Amino acid sequence: MALRYNALVIITKQKPFAEILKGVRGAQSLFIFGCGDCATLCRTGGEAEIAAMAEKLAAEGVTVTGGTVPHTTCHELDVQRIGRQFKEEIGKSGAILVLACGAGVQAVGDSLDKPVISGCDSLFIGNSKRQMNFYEKCSACGDCVLNETAGLCPETRCPKGLLNGPCGGAVRGMCEVDQTNKCVWIEIYERLKSQGRLDGLMEITAPKERRKANMPHKIEQPVRSAK
Amino acid sequence: MSKFQESLSRFCITAEIPPPKGADASSYLRIAEKTVGRVDGVNVTDNQRGMMRMSSLVFCKLLKDIGCEPIWQVACRDRNRLALQSDMLGAMAFGIENLCAMTGDFPTMGDNPDARPVYDLDSMQLLKAANDLARGVAMNGKPVKNVRPFFTGAVINPFYEPFELELLKTKKKIAAGARFFQTQPFFDIPSVEKFLGTVKGLDAAFLIGVTPLKGEKMITFLNEKVLTTPIPAEVTARITGAADQTREGLLAAAEFVNAMRNRAHGVHLMPIGQEENLPPLLDMIEAGK
Ligand code: SF4
Ligand code: SF4
Repeated sequence: MALRYNALVIITKQKPFAEILKGVRGAQSLFIFGCGDCATLCRTGGEAEIAAMAEKLAAEGVTVTGGTVPHTTCHELDVQRIGRQFKEEIGKSGAILVLACGAGVQAVGDSLDKPVISGCDSLFIGNSKRQMNFYEKCSACGDCVLNETAGLCPETRCPKGLLNGPCGGAVRGMCEVDQTNKCVWIEIYERLKSQGRLDGLMEITAPKERRKANMPHKIEQPVRSAK
Repeated sequence: MSKFQESLSRFCITAEIPPPKGADASSYLRIAEKTVGRVDGVNVTDNQRGMMRMSSLVFCKLLKDIGCEPIWQVACRDRNRLALQSDMLGAMAFGIENLCAMTGDFPTMGDNPDARPVYDLDSMQLLKAANDLARGVAMNGKPVKNVRPFFTGAVINPFYEPFELELLKTKKKIAAGARFFQTQPFFDIPSVEKFLGTVKGLDAAFLIGVTPLKGEKMITFLNEKVLTTPIPAEVTARITGAADQTREGLLAAAEFVNAMRNRAHGVHLMPIGQEENLPPLLDMIEAGK
């Protein structure tokens, strides 16, 4: 199967194996869910990682009753369907280990009647440039300022989320917090300048409406049926 | 009008004294006491460099009680708009009239790297919030009664690259209510003159940063950790070549301060870790006047 190439990914990192084992809490047998989408791209919950995990667990005396890599593990109705498909294997397991993002773990936990174990830490929404190179550029703040900042997000790419220009800390153009990153405010300034739009920067941007970022978000819109 | 604001009509001297790391402020207060009547304002840092210390507002009050004129530094790092505004009302109740707004170094650079970085407001928004509150309007637009005036300012880094961006930010800070600026330390007069040329015509007072150099170790520390432009070689040579490096550093700083008298609105003394040398530095400044 050709690897699908997603542009936007929920980036995950596998937890250290000892931590996963701790989460198993003595369960004798596990069923494993991966995810065919983000976790496959991050190489944390694809077919290969599920097989490697099964081997490691077996070495610790934990039986793996089965495993699957759904298209997307955050699709809750699909997870229920898979639950019916693997009824027997899941039934024999003491718990389900999910190698996917936190949303996937909870989709499984909310859909199937078994304890779930999270095998990954979810890190960020990542843009990808090439395989295994991911960059955080949007953190879904609910109050987008990109129109004022030349299309570069200071909410996410400036660790301080400053809205009115840089802090005084940049070192030779690099961010004081992580000197492997360019200071995004200097980038905003340079881009606006090259586009002849610097005057917009003089306006004082008001504080953000943080309540728009309050969690948990949800959208419940009626779906219009196609005519 | 705050005493500090009044002092800007002539050559003004402010000095920085951090709150103590601990509940006993007496040793810093003893130093501060020796500056009363000799400096026009004492800046109190706010968990500077992300290092946890006594509340800057509380230390301002302790300074005020012994007759100092505190300049309350407020960083955006640790408090959201609710906490900032309530602290501002507290400052007004204490009679603290000067506020210096700063962004604040990121928590990972300090001694509580896992602290949640707040930055609910940035320094411009903080300046605006302080000035609005001082005229009786809270950030939610509602009126607040029984408020007192604030005299607000901020910091400027003359060595920031690109400087055009720093200048743009400075103009924004002025629009947001900044009336004074304290700079990073300078170590040579031509750089000061060049800097003052760039901010000429801006409607604010610029207090030139002065740091006495204690010796080689401090010079290395500043060059590596604090400054964006290294200390000039001849200054380094003067200090490191002296028999008593600390004294030479203080003398050089005092000469520098007096050289500013006909050039700048004033100076801002930042002893960085050698607060005990503030009174002798003032002696030398006064002797060389
Ligand atoms: S401001 Fe940044 S974090 Fe917010 S929605 Fe826009 S891109 Fe995303
Ligand atoms: S250096 Fe730039 S990107 Fe980094 S915290 Fe400061 S303003 Fe933000």
